[in-house]
Amino acid sequence: MENAKDRAGRAVRVVTMDVIVAALIFALGAVVVYESYRLGSRWGADGPDAGYFPFYIGLLICISSGVVLVQSLFRLKRESKIFVRQDQFMQVLVILVPATIYVLGIEYIGIYVPSLVFIGLFMRFAGKYSGLRSAVVGLAVSAIAFMLFEVWFKIPLPKGPFEKLIGF
Amino acid sequence: MEELNALFHGFSVVLTPHNLLLMFVGITLGVIIGVLPGLGGANGVAILLPLTFTMSPTSAIIMLSCIYWGALFGGAITSILFNIPGEPWSVATTFDGYPMAQQGRAGEALTGAFTSSFVGALVAVLLFTFLAPLIANFALQFGPPEFFSVYLLTFCSFIGTGKGNPFKILAAMMLGFAMAAVGIDIITGGLRLTFGFTELLSGFHFLVAVIGLFGIGEILLSMEEGLSFSGHTAKINPKIVLETWAKLPRYWATSLRSCIIGCWMGIIPGGATPASFMSYGVARKASRNGDKFGTGQLEGVVAPETAAHAAGTSALLPMITLGIPGSPTAAVLLGGLLIWGLQPGPLLFVEQKDFVWGLIASMYLGNIAGLIVVLTMVPFFAAILRVPFPIIAPIIVVICAIGAYTVKNNMFDVWMMVAFGAIGYVFKKLDYPLAPMVLALVLGDAAESSFRQAMLISQGDLTVFWSNWLVGSLTTLALALLVWPLFAALLARLTAPSGTRGAST
Repeated sequence: MENAKDRAGRAVRVVTMDVIVAALIFALGAVVVYESYRLGSRWGADGPDAGYFPFYIGLLICISSGVVLVQSLFRLKRESKIFVRQDQFMQVLVILVPATIYVLGIEYIGIYVPSLVFIGLFMRFAGKYSGLRSAVVGLAVSAIAFMLFEVWFKIPLPKGPFEKLIGF
Repeated sequence: MEELNALFHGFSVVLTPHNLLLMFVGITLGVIIGVLPGLGGANGVAILLPLTFTMSPTSAIIMLSCIYWGALFGGAITSILFNIPGEPWSVATTFDGYPMAQQGRAGEALTGAFTSSFVGALVAVLLFTFLAPLIANFALQFGPPEFFSVYLLTFCSFIGTGKGNPFKILAAMMLGFAMAAVGIDIITGGLRLTFGFTELLSGFHFLVAVIGLFGIGEILLSMEEGLSFSGHTAKINPKIVLETWAKLPRYWATSLRSCIIGCWMGIIPGGATPASFMSYGVARKASRNGDKFGTGQLEGVVAPETAAHAAGTSALLPMITLGIPGSPTAAVLLGGLLIWGLQPGPLLFVEQKDFVWGLIASMYLGNIAGLIVVLTMVPFFAAILRVPFPIIAPIIVVICAIGAYTVKNNMFDVWMMVAFGAIGYVFKKLDYPLAPMVLALVLGDAAESSFRQAMLISQGDLTVFWSNWLVGSLTTLALALLVWPLFAALLARLTAPSGTRGAST
């Protein structure tokens, strides 16, 4: 028990997240309401205007998230259920951050090479597999995808300088 | 009967070694396409259409329809194993299929899904064989008011007995509608909610949202417990198919109901997706174990899969008899027909008997062949889950990225996928339900445009939704389904014996 608590470090409570998320959703709803009003949200002679439905949708978003916000604010002091512990959140970041960098990589050098790097590095450093095994799996997946999409199905995926070198 | 004769003639056309080979090739290709999220049955058929130009029309349509079946089956595989719906109509399968896989019952879920799909498609094909002209006429009666009432019915049947904070459910659903509204407004042609971002011109595509929310979101959730988390221990049990088959007859009522829902949803261009949601919602309301749906009930897999495949198959019917495709994939097949110089319509049955009955025969055989192929591979599929998480997690991310990109050849969608992944992670932990949000995203646009078209026709008069027996009964049924849970709860409280009431106060 001691170890678990030490390991956990800091944590964020569910109610805190509830408040934040409800507030964000409320803001989103407000934006939708404003934009719909701008577009015209009346019921004309031919039926509703373009902004009619989005207006009420936005309104309902604001109302429902507003209720959740108030409910959560009332529970802010009492409830202690944990949303995520620091160690858990770190684990989530272990894939989320590389995944984001991966997508950035796709943007600039195509999909096949970043896929190889992403899988290989993840297996090596997060999964603690040997460098050889990681490289093999990464290469296999990348190569199969390449054959499947570029050669066989002829569905163009983002490509970069490496693929240009081999004539694709 | 004349139809049976024609059918047997059709079988004789199909059962040549050449065509049988094409069938198996088609099914295998279809499964691969169905498994890759984002590729979609319609895309797959479209891509492989040119391959068939060198074949005779009969052989070509046989192979293409088998690709179609394969894709239908394949969509269920990733839904159950990884919570990533490979096709839009597989979303509802994830609700109970994925929990089952997480409990080590992947083989059971897969078998249940494939068998239900087979049953649904078979019933639809039987309908096809004997009732083709009748059903075709029915499809013609659907105009905008009828379409809207169908979508309303889908929503009302799905929402209802949801547990949890009703305001969170409402917020999630409204967010889905808001996302559906982004982009070009169909009626006026103007831009809505794009805020000057050109990337948002085509709005949020449902598949990108789903891949992110369900697929990436699930990976983020699984990462919390760290990478010592090894693959699900699904035992490779070759007898799993037989064991599951023993359990399935229990759900014959669900199956029948889902077939009916699927068949008539497929005939109207409503599609397999609303059919699967509606069937799931109705099954949840009607079943004794309704409140356990979502935790891994086999029935929760049977219902949507039967309906989705019945609908997917019936979608071919208006295509052939009327030239009205009931689904995007049927639209591509229609294109193929036209390329081969075949004119869809009632005359097709008369002038091109070989072709039509060959197609119908291939639907029976393709379905059976498909079932055999996927069932033999169930233990193998289930074994994929045993691959350790550190290996499979990045691979899934890669597959999701490919899927998100291929939807519209757009990098923006891949970024959206990551964003939706984070949203899915947070929403799941805070109990904001994803299912209503996804349903709203899928149907929101179509529902709104059919509503506004109906209004244009009736010039703002809401009573158009009760203007004829068809639309009136659908609308009333929809509203009834909506208020039923409230009514039932009220009834239960009023008729509770006084003893229990005393105890609770």
